[in-house]
Amino acid sequence: MDIEGLTIDAARTAVLERQVTATALVDAFYQRIASEDGPVGAYLTLSKERAWRQAARIDALADKGDGLPSLAGVPIAIKDVFTTKDVRTTAGSKILENFIAPYDATVVTRLERAGAIILGKTNCDEFAMGSSNENSGFYPVRNPRDRSRVPGGSSGGSAAAVAAGMAVAALGSDTGGSIRQPAAFCGVAGLMPTYGRVSRYGLIAFASSLDHPGPFGRTVKDTAIMLQAMAGRDPLDSTTVEVPVPDYREHIGQPVTGMKIGVPGEYFGEGLDAEVRAGVEAGIQELAKAGAEIIPISLPHTDYAIPTYYVVATAEASSNLARYDGARYGLRSAEGRTLSEMYRRTRDAGFGAEVKRRIMLGTYVLSAGYYDAYYLKAQRVRSLLARDFEEAFAKVDAIVTPTAPTPAFRLGEKIDDPLAMYLADIYTVTADLAGIPGISVPCGKSREGLPIGMQILGKHFDEVTVLRVAHVAEHALAAKLDQEVSS
Amino acid sequence: MVSEKDVLYVAELAHLELTAEERVRLLQDLNSILGYIDRLNQLDTGGVEPMAQVGSRHDERTKEEDNPFLYAMRPDEPRPCLPREEALKNAPASDGTFFKVPKVIER
Repeated sequence: MDIEGLTIDAARTAVLERQVTATALVDAFYQRIASEDGPVGAYLTLSKERAWRQAARIDALADKGDGLPSLAGVPIAIKDVFTTKDVRTTAGSKILENFIAPYDATVVTRLERAGAIILGKTNCDEFAMGSSNENSGFYPVRNPRDRSRVPGGSSGGSAAAVAAGMAVAALGSDTGGSIRQPAAFCGVAGLMPTYGRVSRYGLIAFASSLDHPGPFGRTVKDTAIMLQAMAGRDPLDSTTVEVPVPDYREHIGQPVTGMKIGVPGEYFGEGLDAEVRAGVEAGIQELAKAGAEIIPISLPHTDYAIPTYYVVATAEASSNLARYDGARYGLRSAEGRTLSEMYRRTRDAGFGAEVKRRIMLGTYVLSAGYYDAYYLKAQRVRSLLARDFEEAFAKVDAIVTPTAPTPAFRLGEKIDDPLAMYLADIYTVTADLAGIPGISVPCGKSREGLPIGMQILGKHFDEVTVLRVAHVAEHALAAKLDQEVSS
Repeated sequence: MVSEKDVLYVAELAHLELTAEERVRLLQDLNSILGYIDRLNQLDTGGVEPMAQVGSRHDERTKEEDNPFLYAMRPDEPRPCLPREEALKNAPASDGTFFKVPKVIER
């Protein structure tokens, strides 16, 4: 069986119709990982026992022949920031190198309940802090489309696993672009749902008011099927809401005729790569041809999104990461003679350079005398950024932009310049700050063959529109590409 | 401008010690990043409410019953938690009942 291009429905149908057993499918994926992942580095831990146990369960269900749940037998990967019971969970950090989680994240429970088979845990930037995966405490991930380039971050392992056919779909988390940007760099679909749509219970916290769990898929439809299994209120996360979960799949394939799509001028200015611009403009043209009305809009505070984000996110991170002190779990430095010495030595040894940088920045902006000037100021600007979207969505149904200013850059290119690295998220952070949903969908390639991503943003809890537009764009662009190849 | 003294002070607050090299690097990085963040001061935010949570925008604009972000409240009742044995499994040092740590004597 050719597993490389397998979609969720194809995998599930093959298992349902007994063309392949779930166990054989899992074995085929582990073989592919063994032969492909060495130079890519997408996985940190393989959860083979757990995968085989789940596969046996699905095979037993399939033998009974009473139908199968939506993800039955579908091999997926989980970003290593989600806890998995009895499986090592590192968050990409040396400080959690040997941490075996005592419970499952809610999303992990829900995906498994829908029949998904967890192949393993994927590499990521340490505590999800990074845009290139070079901040992994273990080894960087390389882009499977071009191994001299980064896969994006922080969910680079999940994006690379899907792109290289080492998982059918994957789970990631997005705090400033960490699903959408790697999806764009690796040429797959990556969806960030509305804040509160998907539970964060068991997601190792980076910035609690910004962390969004969400799926990667080979197609837009696959992200919809994954979201369906994950979405909804969770009593263990009080920021999840009671808003009813629609049938996402039902809306896949519906037309965009008459839909109003906004294009913000601020996202097409200085710093945007010419090929990315051309790719996204071609995507917008396809949406117009499909009957959508394209409307120029303005999101006037866009320039302030990155500085706002790096105050809010680092402030929350400095507080969330205070728990890693060597006392209850994780690394403990043997050198500490007193308690406070143990804390410092443990954190010095366990955290990497970018995590220390963000803890320092976050601690600084929260410290006495600077709280009002930085933290409160940034929270006020966050309101202005959210207001930009509210005003835009009074006029349009969805917004289309580039996902990232450039295609995948080279390893080492930005690692010594934190500010340049932060700007890789310039088109994605604002949606995290506002809590609105967004997806990145592939829209062509650069001359060097690097994938380009188009971002579609929607109103709170309107994933349905985001998915509809993304699906139409995906198919129009694929058809156009086929035509170009054959002509 | 962040000074060397500030770096030491913030490191202490954050329970980090940092090597001499790291301190030099952080002094440079913090100044460059904060310099960029300073552009927030170009904006007049008088009368703008701070937004700590995604839902707080809705508190401002929506009637309570229409607020989709009305975060759920639950009764404050004790519920089962992780068994002691499980909670201690990842402990760097434990006596089987408690986490063991070095002597609690401040610097």
